[in-house]
Amino acid sequence: MIEIRALKFGYPDTDFSLRIPDFHVGAQEKVAVIGPSGSGKTTLLNLVAGILVPEQGAVRCGGSEVSALGDAARRDFRITRIGFVFQDFELLDYLNVLDNVLHPYRITKALKLTKEVRDRAGDLLQQMGLGDKLTRGVERLSQGEKQRVAICRALLPSPQLVLADEATGNLDPRNKGHILDLLFDVVQAHESTLLAVTHDHELLPRFDRTVDFNDFLDVDPA
Amino acid sequence: MMDSLSIAWKYISYYKARTATLIACVTLIAVLPLALEVLLDESEQQLLSRADSTPLLLGARGSALDLAMNSLYFDDEVPELISMSAADEIEVSGLATPVPLYGRFQARGFPIVGTTLDYFDFRGLRIAQGRQLALLGECVIGAEVAERLGLAPGDNLLSSPETLFDLAGIYPLNMKVTGVLARSYTPDDLAVLVDLKTAWVVQGLVHGHEDVTRTKDDSVIMKRSGSNVVANAKLVEYTEITPGNIDSFHFHGTSADYPLTAVLVLPHDERSGTILRGRYLDAATPYQLTVPGDVIDGLLANIFRIKNVLDAVILLVGIATALALILVFALSLRLRQREICTVFRIGGSRLTIARLLAAEIAIILLVSGLLCAMAMAVVNHYSNGLVRSLFIG
Repeated sequence: MIEIRALKFGYPDTDFSLRIPDFHVGAQEKVAVIGPSGSGKTTLLNLVAGILVPEQGAVRCGGSEVSALGDAARRDFRITRIGFVFQDFELLDYLNVLDNVLHPYRITKALKLTKEVRDRAGDLLQQMGLGDKLTRGVERLSQGEKQRVAICRALLPSPQLVLADEATGNLDPRNKGHILDLLFDVVQAHESTLLAVTHDHELLPRFDRTVDFNDFLDVDPA
Repeated sequence: MMDSLSIAWKYISYYKARTATLIACVTLIAVLPLALEVLLDESEQQLLSRADSTPLLLGARGSALDLAMNSLYFDDEVPELISMSAADEIEVSGLATPVPLYGRFQARGFPIVGTTLDYFDFRGLRIAQGRQLALLGECVIGAEVAERLGLAPGDNLLSSPETLFDLAGIYPLNMKVTGVLARSYTPDDLAVLVDLKTAWVVQGLVHGHEDVTRTKDDSVIMKRSGSNVVANAKLVEYTEITPGNIDSFHFHGTSADYPLTAVLVLPHDERSGTILRGRYLDAATPYQLTVPGDVIDGLLANIFRIKNVLDAVILLVGIATALALILVFALSLRLRQREICTVFRIGGSRLTIARLLAAEIAIILLVSGLLCAMAMAVVNHYSNGLVRSLFIG
């Protein structure tokens, strides 16, 4: 599903430099990425998602060389093929639960908002235990509920790949396990691949494989 | 585009206070100059049309503006009084028709204008309901007076005392409304028109009371000396003129000495007007004969000088507000950086983000435009009254 070769990336005006000689994730595999803060874990997810473009090397995802695509094509690829779950949820306060989940369909032509999509969003939210809160403003939700909305938004287009950037980092221990259960269930049901960055070593046994940035990758932290 | 508008609408309705402030700023900055323009246009039109249709105006020497404002627009500021003999002089000259005016008193906040029936013809006033003045103590009211006071022919209207603290002042006169004028959109809509003699009754110069030679109440009589009877203050003065007491109303003194505020002078031709103007040029004469159009032109020149200053101030305030709005939007973009980043990360392009922001600005401008249009409709609707209260008084 993911194939990275001879990748080099740096942010302008910083000393940060990320080098990944070789990195693979198989289809439907659930992989955890661990490592110290600032080591480039989030950068890796952004490179895979096509939000960032490497200086050198190639990022292939689902058979497409993401790093070789133009801006619009990379965006369309990200929208249609990848679901991204963020640590701080990235929800919009002025939209209600359902509107947040459907928002990607309203801001891009790559996704078509149909009745079937709306029904699926309702089902997904129902499955996440939010069926009675579709019209509630997201600012009135608990942290766990917010993350469930964010997961629904990421998974609604049935992406082949789900990227989770410390998806449980802002949650209490009880919510953490519950959200991860839900995420795994939905990923499993959609037969998607999961690449998740985490600092929580207690969660690692639940993944098929763990990649440690310290050992596996050639990283020059700033 | 509809999605952009829908999302923008959700955003601005969520941040109500911020949006309301922006809308208020934009609306006010648009309404202020427009409203001022409308009001000044209306005032110019009202002042000029009335003034231009009045050829000459005779009054006491002094402020020509006060004279014109009181005589043409029934302003509260009463000019120096002249006597009825001034109107008689014009009549005797054979050069013009005098239309005497006595606009000093009020009835429930509206000016009482004592005049003759010539005034109605001159101004082209038409009675919409009821009939014309016929008897002493009757009045014909303007359409606006009738509407605001809820009066109709057959009702009564009480004159207001000049001052509440004048214990020796005359009693208010209870006038009978005989007619309501058709709306003319002029100051006549706001006037209570009475016969000149009725105006003098309001002042107490013409009055009626029980016949002291026939009274059986001796406590009223102070002194009898042949046919001359002196009564005290117990004597009942009539406050309403009825068929039963109208004959008791009488003048004291000569009517030629009775007061007027002005005389509208309607020359028979241009030459007559010129001759008349020449006669009143002498500084020794106690009167001035003015051309109202010239007086109002001078007033408007001053108003428009002030307007130019106001325009400049509004322009500067507008520029300052526009800059402030740009700053607000720029700061808002900085504050919304995280939200914009979210939209970008979940698939929005720069164009999408620009479209969302443009839709928000468009909605704010649209709502402001609607509010501005509503405000302007209100200003237009009330411009006649507003102009009278703001500029004419």
